[in-house]
Amino acid sequence: MPTNYTELYFPILLQFVIAAVLASTLVSLSFLLGKRARSPQKDMPYESGMIPVGDARERFSVKFYLVAMIFILFDIEAIFLYPWAVVYRELKLFAFFDMLLFVVLILSGFYFIWKKGALDWSAEAPRRRK
Amino acid sequence: MNFFILTLIKTGILLFIFMTTLAYLQWIERKVLAHIQLRMGPTRVGPFGLLQPLADVIKLVTKEGMIPSHVNKVFYLLAPVIAVTLALTSISVIPFGPQVEIFGVTTYLQLTDLSMGILFLLALSTLGTYGIALAGWSSNNKYALLGGLRASAQLISYELPMALAIAAPLLLLNTLSLREMVEAQQGYYFGFIPKWTVFQVLPLQVVSFIIYMISGFAETNRIPFDLPEAENELVAGFHTEYASMKFASFFMAEYANMTTISFIAVLLFLGGWHPLWPAEYGSDYVAPLIFFFGAAILLFHGLNPARPKDKLFMPPFGIVFALVGVLFLIPALKPILIPIFWFTGKVGAILFLYIWIRGTLPRFRYDQLMNFTWKYLFPVSVVNLMLTGLVVALMS
Repeated sequence: MPTNYTELYFPILLQFVIAAVLASTLVSLSFLLGKRARSPQKDMPYESGMIPVGDARERFSVKFYLVAMIFILFDIEAIFLYPWAVVYRELKLFAFFDMLLFVVLILSGFYFIWKKGALDWSAEAPRRRK
Repeated sequence: MNFFILTLIKTGILLFIFMTTLAYLQWIERKVLAHIQLRMGPTRVGPFGLLQPLADVIKLVTKEGMIPSHVNKVFYLLAPVIAVTLALTSISVIPFGPQVEIFGVTTYLQLTDLSMGILFLLALSTLGTYGIALAGWSSNNKYALLGGLRASAQLISYELPMALAIAAPLLLLNTLSLREMVEAQQGYYFGFIPKWTVFQVLPLQVVSFIIYMISGFAETNRIPFDLPEAENELVAGFHTEYASMKFASFFMAEYANMTTISFIAVLLFLGGWHPLWPAEYGSDYVAPLIFFFGAAILLFHGLNPARPKDKLFMPPFGIVFALVGVLFLIPALKPILIPIFWFTGKVGAILFLYIWIRGTLPRFRYDQLMNFTWKYLFPVSVVNLMLTGLVVALMS
């Protein structure tokens, strides 16, 4: 059982370097081996054969930002659970009630978000509730 | 032996086996899907189409590696590299078996045993989102952008129930190191029911396992959660603008992630390399019996050929199967091969489930997908976690 950092992390570094080299080789290999045939049609963005209007640097739904923000909040909660789980058998019911308080607080926030309509993906859902 | 040389050898062997497995997973998937749909699948290249992965690689490598002029070049090229690199790095902490002795060298069948192994894997799987999000954005194509956005929202949403479902068995195992997890699941109740996490605190851990598997399907963009590449609405989603080997890189990453998800499921819930029943009742003889049975079937069909070419191909495969079966009976190899057999057997069963479900289920609608994780999976996994905690606290 290795304890020093070199023995613990060197295999990960090695694996990472080999994987990165392998991946870049795979991606660049077809530049070396493949033939080249360019045409203006081939250079267009693919839109099922239609001539594209504008490019894809457009505005998109704010809901994606909302999901990302809610995710960060709740994922931090999930990360708190891991050290708690490791020492759980030593602390038993004490740990349980502590975490229960934390989870109830988090879930009340979750209930607020839910009722606010932040989790609804179809547009008419919040309007129906009024 | 020198630590660095040993690590190099282990990494080399592991990567070689892993890459071959990934290539043949594609072949197995095509075969299984074909047979679900009453087709034959690949048959032309080599016996039973076994050389198909090789032919695919040659074809993909010799295709034109073009970069369209409208893309953001740096991120367009970086995205597949990120996806593959992160997917391949995650196998470095997976334990495949217990401590073994090969040619006088005592070593673990694992590259490194981090004390926070499972957190490392979760971190890598979250980082994998970057590959897909960057691919979708840098392609500068409307379909790709939508696919990339959908994929990132889906991946982070399902990350949450997955993290909570993993926390529940951790309450029973009390460790983050993957090898210690498996060692904690050793032994049997009443002498025959294995002490796997999934059989403890019934039925709460079964619920955790199901939540984990559902999130795992969503994390790897597999049917029924393959919204990022829904071909009837988004052509190919985030990899619409990718061709040749860059396109195949995303598939390689997807298959590698699938295997990693199955590895975690087996290590965390299904007892790693511990057999389904104790060795006193003959679990050591399952592996050779399966291989001998396969060899017998192949030899029988080779001697009574239904097609003329069966006479040529079936007997050699039968002999190979029989020889592999004999390997399991050699006492010196037994402590190495039997754990690996059970581990790969369980991983294979979960991978088969992936393919089976792909052949069975249709695709969700996007709002159903997001509602499902936020309004059902997340609350259920929190309640399940707290119930598990209560039971464990009262029992110990």
